[in-house]
Amino acid sequence: MAKPFGEVLKSGKFVVTSEVAPPKGTNLEELLHHIDLLKDKVDAINVTDNQSSVMRFPSVGATILIKERGGEPILQMTCRDRNRLALQADILFAYTRGIRNVLCLTGDSIPVGDHKEAKGVFDLDSVQLLNMIRILESGKDLGGNDLDGAVEFCAGAIVTPEARPIEPQLIKFEKKIAAGAEFFQTQAVYDLDNLKRFMEFARRYENVKILAGIVLLASAGMARYMNQNVPGIFVPQDLIDELAGAEKGKALQTGIQIAGRLIRTIKEESICDGVHIMAIGREGVVPDILAAAGL
Amino acid sequence: MIVAKQKPLEEIKEMIEDYKKVLVLGCGTCTAICLAGGDKEVAVLTSSLRLADKVSGNKRTFKEHTVERQCEWEFIEELKEQVKEVDAILSLGCGVGVQTTSERFPEIPVLPGLDTLFMGMPQQERVWVEQCSGCGNCILDQTGGICPITRCTKGLLNGPCGGTNDGKCEVDPEKDCAWTLIYQRLEKQGKLDLMRQYYPPRNFQAVVRPGKVTME
Repeated sequence: MAKPFGEVLKSGKFVVTSEVAPPKGTNLEELLHHIDLLKDKVDAINVTDNQSSVMRFPSVGATILIKERGGEPILQMTCRDRNRLALQADILFAYTRGIRNVLCLTGDSIPVGDHKEAKGVFDLDSVQLLNMIRILESGKDLGGNDLDGAVEFCAGAIVTPEARPIEPQLIKFEKKIAAGAEFFQTQAVYDLDNLKRFMEFARRYENVKILAGIVLLASAGMARYMNQNVPGIFVPQDLIDELAGAEKGKALQTGIQIAGRLIRTIKEESICDGVHIMAIGREGVVPDILAAAGL
Repeated sequence: MIVAKQKPLEEIKEMIEDYKKVLVLGCGTCTAICLAGGDKEVAVLTSSLRLADKVSGNKRTFKEHTVERQCEWEFIEELKEQVKEVDAILSLGCGVGVQTTSERFPEIPVLPGLDTLFMGMPQQERVWVEQCSGCGNCILDQTGGICPITRCTKGLLNGPCGGTNDGKCEVDPEKDCAWTLIYQRLEKQGKLDLMRQYYPPRNFQAVVRPGKVTME
């Protein structure tokens, strides 16, 4: 069985997490394959929650599968699709199924997804969701009522180290810590100087662990697309050139090498406490990234 | 002010299909100012409908009238003789105007010629922007006079989401990120501490829908 993630964070080791995405439908074959591939190679596996506002098999369902197969899951919860009653109910349920880690997110906007006419809920925001976890741990609910059986979670959040402007993002980062965030998984970072600048600020919170987000670059086209379309992600030109210069059919290999190199540098220079690897549909190559990083 | 826009002509034509005598009713207040339902728009819409009837050979009569405000009974009282001569009213008021008119003249169908959009202000010529959601619990004193409930697409209370991009919103690069604006204004006012404080979840009991208020 995997070690509880909260203990791993406190151990001082270089923490490695990755993520899996539930399927659009009930065929769990690929999801289970990815879980089996990752569960013994990383410290914990995130499960995305209707990622990019696209309806999928529920994150809580997939975290249970990870648990059943001996892995350590991190339940991603967004505020987009459920009001405070549903969020609390899901947290109670997840706890009873052995889930002990939760990543609290606002969630993407509805119009970026595949149900564009749906209502975005956002009854709570990510700071209030973190606070909600801590209230449930105290044996109360958000209505002030007593719980018959409380919960206990290792709660985390996200931060975008390269957001422009950065100042409002840093204020929210501090509010998340005050609300109970124990760890952060960052938006993808490729420029390590920018990451170091963010870490100079973040290091004042000694007890909070920061895992740098590593998104696998599969091609120069993907890098350019993210630069144009994904807020807070900036792939430097030299990495785009490196991908573009790869031999035909080798761009993905180059992307794996780039990810491995970034992770190795982050670890060797102790820039942050660990990494969170997002392969976005190519979870099968995460072991290759780890190998390239020397992990 | 309440901002609205005219429904597509085809939708309006379909709506009045079964009626032979239609009163096109404008409103001289909000929807006149947002160029959707004042006397000019009543005239333009009515002539378009007449032209369409001419082309299709449809025999239908139209009356045109604009009241100062459709949302108060005292202003629509002047319609009481005219409505006896029509079998439908096509309102170019907001949703409040349509319902006020319908309650006053319940025997006659009142049809919405507009889609009511939001409470807002004219930002520049022919551009209106939403400013207020009528949430019943105003926090503008704490957010630099910029409403995050309305102007943040997610209505967030504790700062920007990760979708903010160079001061713009992830849902539309033409729209400002409300929390970037709030940050900039509070910084200018030397009141950034307001942004650092924790805002608890909203109280949706501040206005219980449908809203009703009685002056003591």
